[in-house]
Amino acid sequence: MNGIDPGQPIRFHFDGRAVQGFAGDTVASALLRAGQRLVARSFKYHRPRGVVSLGSDEPSALVTLGRGAAQTPNQRATMVEIHEGLEVFSQNAWPSLARDLQAVNDLAAPFLGAGFYYKTFLWPRRAWFRLYEPIIRRAAGLGALSGLPDRGQDEKAFAFCDLLVIGAGPAGLMAALTAARAGADVILADEGAVMGGRLLYETEDLGGMPATAWVAAALAELAGWPNVRLMPRTTVTGVYDHGTFAALERLPAGSPQRPRECFWRIVATRAVLATGAGERMIAFPGNDRPGVMLAGAVRGYLNRFGVLAGRRVVVFAANDDAHRTARDLAGAGAAVVVVDPRPEAVALGDYPLRAGSEVVATRGRAALSSVALRDAGGRVEWIAADCLAVSGGWNPTLQLACHLGAKPHWDEAVGGFLMAPDAVPGMAFAGAVAGVFSTRAALSAGIRAGAEAARALGLAPIDPDLPAASDAAGAMRLVWQVAAPGRAFVDLANDVTVKDLVLAAAEGMGAPEHAKRYTTQGMAPDQGRGSNTTALAVLADATASALAAGGTTTARPPFVPVSISAMGAGGAGRGFAPVRVTPAHAAALARGAVMIEAGPWLRASHFLRLGESGWAESCAREVAYVRHAVAVADVSSLSRFDIQGPDAAEFLQRICTNTITTLKPGHARYTLLLREDGQVMEDGPLVHLEPGRFWLYTSSGSGEAVRRHLELAAQGYWPDLRLRIFDATENWAQFAIAGPRARELLAQTLDSLPDLAFMGAAPVSAGGARGWLMRISYSGELGYELVLPARYGDAAFRALCDAAEALGGGAYGLEAMNVLRIEKGFLTHAEIDGRVSAEDLGLGRMLRASGGHIGAEMAARPAFAEAGRKQLVGLRPLAKAMPIAAGGHLFAQGAVLAPENDLGHVTSACDSPTLGHALALALLRDGRGRHGETLRLWDGLRGTDQLVEVTAPTAYDPEGGRARG
Amino acid sequence: MHFSGFRVLAEGLRGGSGWRPFWRKAAPAAEYDAIVIGGGGHGLATAYYLAREHRLARIAVLEKGWVGSGNIGRNTTIVRATYMIPGNQEFYSASLKMWETLAQELNFNLMYSPRGLLMLFHSDGQRDAFARRGNAMLVQGDDAQLLDREGLRALVPYLDFEQTRFPLHGALLHPRGGTVRHDAVAWAYARAADARGVDIIENCEVTGFDITGGKVTGVQTSRGAIRAGRVGMVAAGRSGELAARAGLRLPIESHILQAFVTEGLKPFIHHVISYGMGHFYISQSDKGGLVFGGDIDFYPSYAQRGNLPMAEHVMEAAMTLMPAIGRARVLRSWGGIMDMTPDGSPIIDRTPVEGLYLDAGWNYGGFKATPASGLCMAHLMATDAPHPLARRYRLDRFATGALIDEEGTGATHHLH
Amino acid sequence: MRLICPLCGARDRREFTWVGAAELLPRPAPGGDLVAWLHLRENPAGPLDELWLHSAGCGALLRARRDTRSHATAGLVLAGGAR
Repeated sequence: MNGIDPGQPIRFHFDGRAVQGFAGDTVASALLRAGQRLVARSFKYHRPRGVVSLGSDEPSALVTLGRGAAQTPNQRATMVEIHEGLEVFSQNAWPSLARDLQAVNDLAAPFLGAGFYYKTFLWPRRAWFRLYEPIIRRAAGLGALSGLPDRGQDEKAFAFCDLLVIGAGPAGLMAALTAARAGADVILADEGAVMGGRLLYETEDLGGMPATAWVAAALAELAGWPNVRLMPRTTVTGVYDHGTFAALERLPAGSPQRPRECFWRIVATRAVLATGAGERMIAFPGNDRPGVMLAGAVRGYLNRFGVLAGRRVVVFAANDDAHRTARDLAGAGAAVVVVDPRPEAVALGDYPLRAGSEVVATRGRAALSSVALRDAGGRVEWIAADCLAVSGGWNPTLQLACHLGAKPHWDEAVGGFLMAPDAVPGMAFAGAVAGVFSTRAALSAGIRAGAEAARALGLAPIDPDLPAASDAAGAMRLVWQVAAPGRAFVDLANDVTVKDLVLAAAEGMGAPEHAKRYTTQGMAPDQGRGSNTTALAVLADATASALAAGGTTTARPPFVPVSISAMGAGGAGRGFAPVRVTPAHAAALARGAVMIEAGPWLRASHFLRLGESGWAESCAREVAYVRHAVAVADVSSLSRFDIQGPDAAEFLQRICTNTITTLKPGHARYTLLLREDGQVMEDGPLVHLEPGRFWLYTSSGSGEAVRRHLELAAQGYWPDLRLRIFDATENWAQFAIAGPRARELLAQTLDSLPDLAFMGAAPVSAGGARGWLMRISYSGELGYELVLPARYGDAAFRALCDAAEALGGGAYGLEAMNVLRIEKGFLTHAEIDGRVSAEDLGLGRMLRASGGHIGAEMAARPAFAEAGRKQLVGLRPLAKAMPIAAGGHLFAQGAVLAPENDLGHVTSACDSPTLGHALALALLRDGRGRHGETLRLWDGLRGTDQLVEVTAPTAYDPEGGRARG
Repeated sequence: MHFSGFRVLAEGLRGGSGWRPFWRKAAPAAEYDAIVIGGGGHGLATAYYLAREHRLARIAVLEKGWVGSGNIGRNTTIVRATYMIPGNQEFYSASLKMWETLAQELNFNLMYSPRGLLMLFHSDGQRDAFARRGNAMLVQGDDAQLLDREGLRALVPYLDFEQTRFPLHGALLHPRGGTVRHDAVAWAYARAADARGVDIIENCEVTGFDITGGKVTGVQTSRGAIRAGRVGMVAAGRSGELAARAGLRLPIESHILQAFVTEGLKPFIHHVISYGMGHFYISQSDKGGLVFGGDIDFYPSYAQRGNLPMAEHVMEAAMTLMPAIGRARVLRSWGGIMDMTPDGSPIIDRTPVEGLYLDAGWNYGGFKATPASGLCMAHLMATDAPHPLARRYRLDRFATGALIDEEGTGATHHLH
Repeated sequence: MRLICPLCGARDRREFTWVGAAELLPRPAPGGDLVAWLHLRENPAGPLDELWLHSAGCGALLRARRDTRSHATAGLVLAGGAR
C-alpha cells in the first residue's frame, strides 16, 4: 500500500451516501474498499456493473460527477481522484442503481441482438419518428447533461519541446532520463496522477529498492533538470501532422483559481511512445458481473491502494502474470483459486491451482457470488467467490501510433497487435507498447529510445546504467473465449456479446469495419481499447479466417474523450471571435450609437435620441440630415489596400474592370473587381493618392478574400511587376460627410478646404492631423470622405458631429446609410451575392472594351449573355402604404407559384422617408426590359403577398446632379 | 428474407439461426450489362435503380474496399431540402421525398428522423438571405418557417441567448429536415440490389479502363478484366484518381471534412442545428452521441483525418452557441474526403468517353443526395440521357458558364 | 500541421492560408485555355504542388510540395522567386 495516505481521510458521496476514502484514492479504489460493488448499469441491457480496470480504459464504471452546471457525465471512476465534498452519482438507472426498471431489457435480450432495430419498427411509416425513436432515444445514452450552460474555466495552451515522452512507466522514465541528461528539452506526459505507470502497482524490487522508491528517485532527478517538464494527469489525446500533439491535462480539484482542464497543443521534434499495454478480458458467460475484474487491476488495487477486491478470489487466466496477482492476494490473506486453462501451468505461490480448467459461468445478482469451473474432462463445479480476476493477455496501447494512418500488424508471439518501428515519422516505441513485457527489457528499451532521440537532435547521450530488474516476461497462451452456453460479453461498454459478433458474421457483416458498425463493437466511451482485439479474434473464428489477415478497425483521435469545454476553451460568450471596433467607437457610443455586428466589426446601426421609439425613427431623422443638411458616418471599417510601386497602376489595370492607367494622381474612380470566374467580386472607389500610390477600397469584412486575390496576382501571376500591397484598413479612420451643407462643415473643420471636383482627392490637415479628403458619395448627396490617422479618429468624429449638429445635422449610422443607398440604387453584398455579372447589375459600362483584366474571359462565356438572367431593378409597392421586406420572390400576376415561374427575389428593401413609401432592389429575370411592369411579390414565409411596380434601380435623383453639384 | 418485427421475434426464439447474409459475396463475371464503380451509397443506389427501374439483367458494383467504406459512413447523417438555386432545388427536394419512404421500400429501417433543421441567423442581412432561401423552398413545395428570437428560444432554450458576440436573431426552420442512420443506407441498398441480382464485388479495385475508338468496353481490376459497355464512376472522394485512369481530368479538388461524436448522453438536442457565424452544426444520434462537424480543413487531402485548427474552431463555436454541451466529451473524430467542385454543385453526366458516366463532385451534399443521385445516375447509364432532375448537373457547365453556385463563392473549389 | 516558411521558419498552419494548387501558376496568356486552368485539377493522391500565403506572417506567397496521403511536406519556397 503505497499510493494512499491513511492519515488523510477524505469523505465524498456516492448516490448521496457518504463514502470514506483517503488521499490518493480514486473513486473506484474508495468504492471497492467500502464494499460498493455495484457502480453502474450497462448501456443496452442495464445489467449491473462494477469496476473492471485501473485506468482510462475502464469499460463499465462510468459515473456522473457534480451537480448543477458543473455536472459531468460519463467519468471513469478509475481515473477520478477523490476530494472532500466530491459528489458522485451513478447513471443510466431509474429509479435507482439497485432497482433499475430498464433492466427489463435484459429479459428481452434474445430479441435485441445486434442490429435488431434495422429489421423492425418499419410500420406504420411515421411510427419510427413519432413512437419508436423517442423510446429508443430515452433508453439509450449514458449519463445526462445538466442542461445548464457550462461556465467552467478551462484553458488552452501551447508547448514546445525537443522530445515528448508519452507515458511515465519504466520505459518512459528511462527515455526521459537519458534524453534529459544529454541536454534535450523533454516533456514527460502521463495520464496518472502519479507517474510510474505499472511500477506503482507491483511488489518487485527495482534497482535494489522498492520500485516506488526507484520511481520517486527518477522523478526527483527529472524534476531537477531545467530542461524537463513533467506533466502528470496529462493524457496525450491525438497525434497530428509534423510533430503536433494534443494533450488534455486534468488539474487537481479544490483550487478555484485554476482551470479544471487544460487542452495542450505540444510541438515536439521527436516522440517516444511508452504507453504500455492494457489487459484484456476473456469472453465467457457471465463475465460482466460486478466483481469480475482484470487480474492486473485486482493486484494494483491491493498493492497501491490497500484494497482487497474480494475475500474469496478466483483468478482465471492462461498467463504467468496473473499468477502474481494470486500470489499477492494470497499473501494479503485472501482465499485464492487459480483457474488456468494451460495443463502445464505451475503455481507461483501457496494457492490451489486448477490447471487445464476454465470458467464457464458466474452467478450473483448485484454482485458476483459464485463461479462455475469446467475441467478438462468436462466436469463442472461451482465455487463461491466474490471476485473473479481475469486476464486474457495484454494489448499494446498503440492507438496514438495509428492516428496518422499507420496500420498495426498481428504478432502471434506477443499475442497482440504491434506497430513497425518506423511506422510513424519521428516516433519511437519503447516498452510494452512494442510488445516487450519484462521490466528489465522496458527499461533498456527506454534507454535506447531516449538515446536515439537525443542523437537525432544532434546531442551526445551517455547511456545510463540499467538498474537491476526482473526480466521475467512470463509465459502465456492465447485464450479469447470459452465455449459454453450463455451470454459472453466482448465489449462490456456497449453490451456486445460473442453471439452478436457471430450473428454479424452470419449476416455477412463479419469484416472488422462492418462488424464494428453493425454491432457497435468498440464504439463506446472506451473506444474498444480492452475489447477490439478480442472481437477480432472472435470474428476470425466465426469466419474461419486468420486474425492476422483481417486487419483492425482504425483508432482515431482522441485517445481518451476530451470535453468540448476544454478543446473549445476561450470560445464561450464573446470569446468566439475578436471584436473589431473603429477608432471612433467610444465617441459614437457617447452620441447614443446602437452597435450591431457587421461581419467581424461592430458598427453604429443608428444614433438613438431621447424620445425616439426605436431604430426606424432615428433612421428617418438621420436620412433627413443627409438629404437636407449634413451628417457624418464612420466608415473606418471599409477594407483599404495601400498599393504602392512603379507598376501599381499597371497591376490595378489588370485587377480592375475599368481603365486605371488614365487615373491621375489626386483623383478617384469607382471601380469593379471581378473574380476569375467573371462574377463581380467587389465594387468600390480606387484613389490615386500620389504617383505610384493607390488606395483600393472594398467592403467591410472583405479584406481576407480580396487580399488572397490580390497577392496571388501580385506574387504569383505577375511577380515581375514592381509593387507592394498593404492592408491598411486599421491604420486610418475614415468618415463620410454627406449632405448639401457638407462643404460648410468641412470648411469649419479643416485647416483649409481644397476645391475638389466630384471624384477628386487631396491631402488635407485638421489641427495637427494630416490625412486625405476625397469627394465621393455613397448617398447621392454632395459627399466627402475624410481620412485621418487612426489615433485622431475619436477626436475627429466628435468634432465633425458637433459641427454637423450646429448645421442642423448630426451623425448617421448603417440603417440610414442603407436607406440612402437603396434610394440611389447603389449596391451591397445583398446584390453582389457572388452569382451576378457586371451586366446583371447594370454596370456593363464599367467593363473596358479592351478587356485584359481578371475575369474578362470567363464573363464572356455563353451563359453570361443568355436571356433569362436576373438583372438589377427597383421595386415600389402599388399600394403606397405597404412595406416590403427583403427575401420575397417575384411572379407574373396570375402565374402559379412554382419554381419555373419564379422570376427573382428582393435583395434589399427599406421605407424611404425621402419618397414616403417603401422601396426595394431586386434581381429579376430580364429585369431591364420589365421596367413599368406590375408583378406579384410573394413572401410566404412572412405571409405577405402584394403587387409591385418594376422601376429603374435609382429612385432618387436619377441624373445624379446632387452629388456632382 | 423479409425483415419484420415478427421475424425478429421468431429468430429470437430459435436463437437467430435463420438469419442470412445481407448480400452474396459475389465474384466477378467476365461481362456485365453495366458496371458501377464504387460500393458506397450512391453506387449501390445506382445499381439498385438500374435493376429496379431499368430492368438491366447483369449489373455489378465494384468496390475497392468494403461496402460503405467511403463517405456514406463518414458524414453527419443530415438530410434536408434547403436549396434555392435551380438545379439543386428540385434535385434535393426529390431526394428528401425519397428518404421519407425509402426504409419501407428497401425493407430496412434507415431511421429517417424528421426532427427539424434549424439554420440560425445573427443579423438582418442573414435573415433576409434565409428569407429568400425559405421562400424558394416553399415555392419548391418543401417546408420552411422563419422563427424570430423568441420562436427560436421556445424550441431550443439551451442556446446561449445572452451571448453578445453574434447574438441570435432567429432561425429558418425546415421541419422535414433531419437525420438518417448513415451506414444502414449502404447496407440496405446493397441488400436490395443483391436481391435483384446485382453482383456486389468487394476488394475489387478498378485499375484501368478498356477504351476502344472512344468507347468504353470494360475495366481492368485487381481481380481481373471485366467487360461492359456501360460503366459508371461513382467514387466520390476518389473521383479524380479514378477518372485519371480513363485519361480524364475533372473539375474537382479533394478536401478533408472532419466530424466529431461525443460519448453517449441522454437526449438533449432534439433538432439539427447549424450555426450562422462559424463552422458548426450538430444533432444527437439515437445512441445518444452528439454528432457535429464544421468546415473543411482548407488544404487538399486524401488522409481521411484532419488537424487541430478546424477541430478547435468547431469546439469554440459549440461553446459560444451552446455552452450547455461543454461537459460533453468528444469520443471520436474522423475525416471524409470531399469532392469539391468550382461551383459547389455535383456532376451527373456523360464523359467524353462513350459509355463512361460520371457521378461525382458532391462537396458536402453527398449523403442527403444518395437516393436521387442513384435514381438519376441509373437513368443516365440506362438511357444515355440525363434524368430531368439532374439535367443541370453537366460537366460542361464550367465552359458554358451555366453555374449552380449555391454559396456564391465562385470558382475556388475549396471555398464552397 | 507545421509549415516551414523560407523567411520566418517553422510556423503553425494557423498562420497560413491555402491559396490553391500550383497549377494556378503560370496564369495562361490571353487566348489560352482559361476554362481548363481555372476549373480542372490534377488533384493527385500523392505529391501535390500547392500555394500557401503566409497571411499571418510575412505575407509571402509560397510554393510547397505536400503529399496529400500523408501530409509530408517538403520545404517551401517563394512562389514568385526572390525579389
